[in-house]
Amino acid sequence: MVQLTLPKNSRMTTGKTWPKPEGKNVRKFQIYRWNPDDGKNPQLDTYFVDLDDCGPMVLDALIYIKNNIDPTLTFRRSCREGICGSCAMNIDGINTLACIYGMDEVKGDVKIYPLPHMPVVKDLIPDLTHFYAQHASIMPWLETKTNRPAKEWKQSIEDREKLDGLYECVMCACCSTSCPSYWWNGDKYLGPAALLHAYRWIIDSRDEATGERLDDLEDPFKLYRCHTIMNCTKTCPKGLNPAKSIAEIKRMMVNRVV
Amino acid sequence: MRYLTDRKRAEGKGAAHTGTEHHWYMTVSSVGLAFLVPTFLIVFGSALGGTREEVLATFARPFPAILTALTLLVGMMHFKNGAKMMIEDYWQGTLRKALIMLVVGLSWTIIATGLYALAKIAL
Repeated sequence: MVQLTLPKNSRMTTGKTWPKPEGKNVRKFQIYRWNPDDGKNPQLDTYFVDLDDCGPMVLDALIYIKNNIDPTLTFRRSCREGICGSCAMNIDGINTLACIYGMDEVKGDVKIYPLPHMPVVKDLIPDLTHFYAQHASIMPWLETKTNRPAKEWKQSIEDREKLDGLYECVMCACCSTSCPSYWWNGDKYLGPAALLHAYRWIIDSRDEATGERLDDLEDPFKLYRCHTIMNCTKTCPKGLNPAKSIAEIKRMMVNRVV
Repeated sequence: MRYLTDRKRAEGKGAAHTGTEHHWYMTVSSVGLAFLVPTFLIVFGSALGGTREEVLATFARPFPAILTALTLLVGMMHFKNGAKMMIEDYWQGTLRKALIMLVVGLSWTIIATGLYALAKIAL
């Protein structure tokens, strides 16, 4: 059966509480910490951030903590504007991007964990190797059989509009790691992010491998493990709708046979 | 320990090229059951509380008998497919296969028993 409880070496322990600074506008942060080198269980460290000395986003607070309190805190970040998808993490129970999630959106203490149900590399960094390999497996590129045109593959304005709401995905993995089906069967189920990308290429008017793409997805686990739970759509920090893309793929599958 | 590339792990054994039929059957049977179950409950409710002879007479009539047979057949097939999906979600390996066999066997047994009882009443 699926593992419903954490293994012994993954159970949370109480961590270190760092000194509280002077000031009126101080916010408490509880952050998941785990170091593969020290052999200890994960712990929840408590930090206090002076908001008068810090930006408004959760990522600003994390950078503040790393720069001013604890340089060993480890997390990914890059663009700081929701384009790269690096700083995806679980904040206040929601998978989101720390750079575009305001501290004012969280009530009470700010609790930060890595993306759920993924192997942890260190602290807030999940191992996304399998997630990226699944993305590669759906062939995220234009497949054509016709000879390459002299200038360009043409596309009408209407057909181009079909890609809106799909191409914006930044592969942050918030959706896939919020999906219970992906938690239980992530080894076989492609997950909402890979399926959204698969649909993006299936629906592209220039792509000539629609049949092959649908063939590759027709599987009880790869595609049909989606039970329309909708966590993916609810959590997507870019406001996309992976559940709709999956439903569209299922509709195309049915239309092929009925 | 196996030295597999990330892509090899992600590809697994490839697509099984099944699943659409199951998905389509569940969609169609859901729509069917949305009509069958309320109608069956009305018929079943009207017979509830009657004497043995009255109940037998109700289910001996063509409409209640055919309705009950359809509800039983479509409902149990829907249950079988749904339970199979749920087992695939939460169990793995040999236990998964054993549970699927159990649920398929149980479903067909209930269908056969129900249809036999119904035939005995109606015919």
